[in-house]
Amino acid sequence: MSESLNSPGYDIPEELQGTVAITTLDRIYNWGRRNSIWPMMFGLACCAIEMICTAASRYDLARFGMEVMRPSPRQSDLMIVSGTVTKKMLPQIVRLYNQMAEPRYVLAMGACASGGGPFKEGYNVVSGVDKYLPVDVYVPGCPPTPQALLHGLMKLQEKIDQQSIKEVPWYKKGPSEPIPVPVLGPDIMDPREYEKIKQFTLQPVIPVQVED
Amino acid sequence: MAEQTFAPTVDLTARFGDWVRLDERKGYEGYVVEAAHLVAFATALRDEYGYDYLASLTGVDYLPEGKMEVVYHVSQSTGGAPLVFKVQVPREDPVTVPSLVSVYPGAEFQEREAWDLLGIRFEGHPDLRRILMWEGFYGHPLRKDWHEAYFEEEAKPFKSRWPEGNVHRIEDTLPFGKNVAYPKGFDPETWVPEGETALYAGLQHVPEEEDFQTDQIVVNLGPQHPSTHGVFRMAVTLDGETVVDLKPVMGYLHRNHEKIGERNTYLMNIPFTDRLDYLSSLSNNFGYVLAVEKLMGVKPPERAEYIRVIMAELTRIVNHVFAIGMFLNDMGAFFTPSLYAIEERELILDVFEAVTGSRMMCNYMRFGGVARDLPPGMLERIRDLAFNRLPAKVDEFDTYLTNNEIVRVRAEGVGVLTPEQAIAYSTCGPVLRASGVPYDLRRADPYGIYDRFDFDVAVGYHGDVYDRYLVRMEEIRQSIRIIQQAVQQIPAGPVIEGKQQYQVRVPAGEAYGRVEGPKGELGFYVVSNGQPNPWRYHVRAPSFINLTALAEMCKGNKVADAVIILGSIDIVLGETDR
Repeated sequence: MSESLNSPGYDIPEELQGTVAITTLDRIYNWGRRNSIWPMMFGLACCAIEMICTAASRYDLARFGMEVMRPSPRQSDLMIVSGTVTKKMLPQIVRLYNQMAEPRYVLAMGACASGGGPFKEGYNVVSGVDKYLPVDVYVPGCPPTPQALLHGLMKLQEKIDQQSIKEVPWYKKGPSEPIPVPVLGPDIMDPREYEKIKQFTLQPVIPVQVED
Repeated sequence: MAEQTFAPTVDLTARFGDWVRLDERKGYEGYVVEAAHLVAFATALRDEYGYDYLASLTGVDYLPEGKMEVVYHVSQSTGGAPLVFKVQVPREDPVTVPSLVSVYPGAEFQEREAWDLLGIRFEGHPDLRRILMWEGFYGHPLRKDWHEAYFEEEAKPFKSRWPEGNVHRIEDTLPFGKNVAYPKGFDPETWVPEGETALYAGLQHVPEEEDFQTDQIVVNLGPQHPSTHGVFRMAVTLDGETVVDLKPVMGYLHRNHEKIGERNTYLMNIPFTDRLDYLSSLSNNFGYVLAVEKLMGVKPPERAEYIRVIMAELTRIVNHVFAIGMFLNDMGAFFTPSLYAIEERELILDVFEAVTGSRMMCNYMRFGGVARDLPPGMLERIRDLAFNRLPAKVDEFDTYLTNNEIVRVRAEGVGVLTPEQAIAYSTCGPVLRASGVPYDLRRADPYGIYDRFDFDVAVGYHGDVYDRYLVRMEEIRQSIRIIQQAVQQIPAGPVIEGKQQYQVRVPAGEAYGRVEGPKGELGFYVVSNGQPNPWRYHVRAPSFINLTALAEMCKGNKVADAVIILGSIDIVLGETDR
């Protein structure tokens, strides 16, 4: 561990290598975070079963310090969106995301969470959770195998390694803006799009659909 | 045994006179009943002919004929083929049909679903609200003239994509760039959401006693809750810790399986059935191909029949070990029993992966057979599992769990369902059998080659949570027995009848194919009009219908027991919400 922690160019005696490290604040901070990502215990669909298998003994999420699944969003760092995001569920997902303490990450697991998947055309299906939440890692598959999910989590660790305290949004001044919770109307409505919706529903002209 | 038919010996048209007639459309069966006499007809079927079990209820939108039809499949709880009857009403709003909840309480959720998705109003239903979509949703999506935002064409393959192989993202052509559509004249800012007032108003409040007053509170468990097995929600009224009333709320994973299924070709639906009950995809395949094979009139070769049985029984084992592990989770034995369960499950998933190419979404069965033969050496591997590994592991489970004091104290006498209630609420699978009704379709109405195997139907007699656990344990043992026989008897030969086809020809008509899935009776009701796509495709989902009895089981118990009662039903949300 100390090897990845040490900044290059410092010659630390061998007997002290497990005890002493000379490094940057960013590095040690990220090193601590990357090895203790607590995912939220939050299963949506089929992918959740593979997520459970990933946490079980054969694939063993504990090797990455990620085995602590928290049922409460307040205690979790990572939301694994494991399955089809439906319109009926979406307000709850956004609310859960808003309740997570920063720094927080979102991993879209599987085809449905990434882009709608096989059910994309369905009237109750959201074409990917990234239409509403910022996604850090996409894991393809239907469902992704546990190996694929582990790979995605390792990619997230790499992403964390690249971050700097100076630039990350959650140390900016002032509270961060929550994502407006979508409303269930005749169809799902994003409060940010009310003006746009009104343009289409209240204007007398029917918008022309582009055919290709 | 299999040759015996249980068709009613009395001619129902003669018994009921003018208002019941035979359904004489080509490829259809059963009776058509006048709506006004429906309740009387159903009551007579139940009380005089022994058809006491409502298996399935669904609607069909016959748009070209201007008719709405409600289709009922009823069975005798002693076994036999189902009896079909239908009600036809004009397709003009409001479409109304008398409710059968008073005769078959198990119709409650199914009628709500038909109201939600097809807009059929059931007169006399105690609580007719939307069930899968939310109140206020625009339209009834399974109607044939209702189009989703991403609508392209009535049926696949879409001309824009096939045969040229063009790829485009449908959202790029839409004004909002996503899967939404709003009715004309709708103003989001003045719109008041209907919300859930109807749900909370429906939760029963007991009048408070005068001298000793306690507050009743409404608690929502879910949709994000570690004990609800996915995105399921229970709205519970509590008096202290005691459950006074409970209403399940679902639809959080409603993935429009049926609407998509009616656009798909017959073959395209097989991978979608995998994702219904995603823990037991091969059973789902089995039920669907049985329904379509009935319409096509094909029969798989011997070897394929054996492979199907082996796969379906392995699936049952996978499902039940997982269910037991998760059930112990609900009891508070956090994750350790599940780890034992998942260990065995992984071994079987390896078999699935080697045979079908996928761990979970197997997509393996085809009309008239299975997709490919078992790879070399696989039978030996399954034999080793069935003779050496699994029996010992079930015994290990038994040693650790069955007589565990905490398990018994928590589970015995909790969530009791009497046999009469279990039948009336149309429960199925281990829930029904734990209540002392030995109704297992593999025996009651054998399909495939199940009549050749020697096995016992697992039954419990207390109808409580503990007996449901015991029934699942016993079913694992019986499944191992079936696999042991099947791997010894399996012949060599082809695994599919004729050539594999992308586009199968399915004659017009209707068929109801059902299997005893791990969760219970899994039925597929398919209506064909001779086109490459099904006109109606309905799934009779055991997880969904078993929930009808949840409120009855939970009332009077503690809220912690409601969690294990739900665990003992063993729902999978992909199937509950479809």
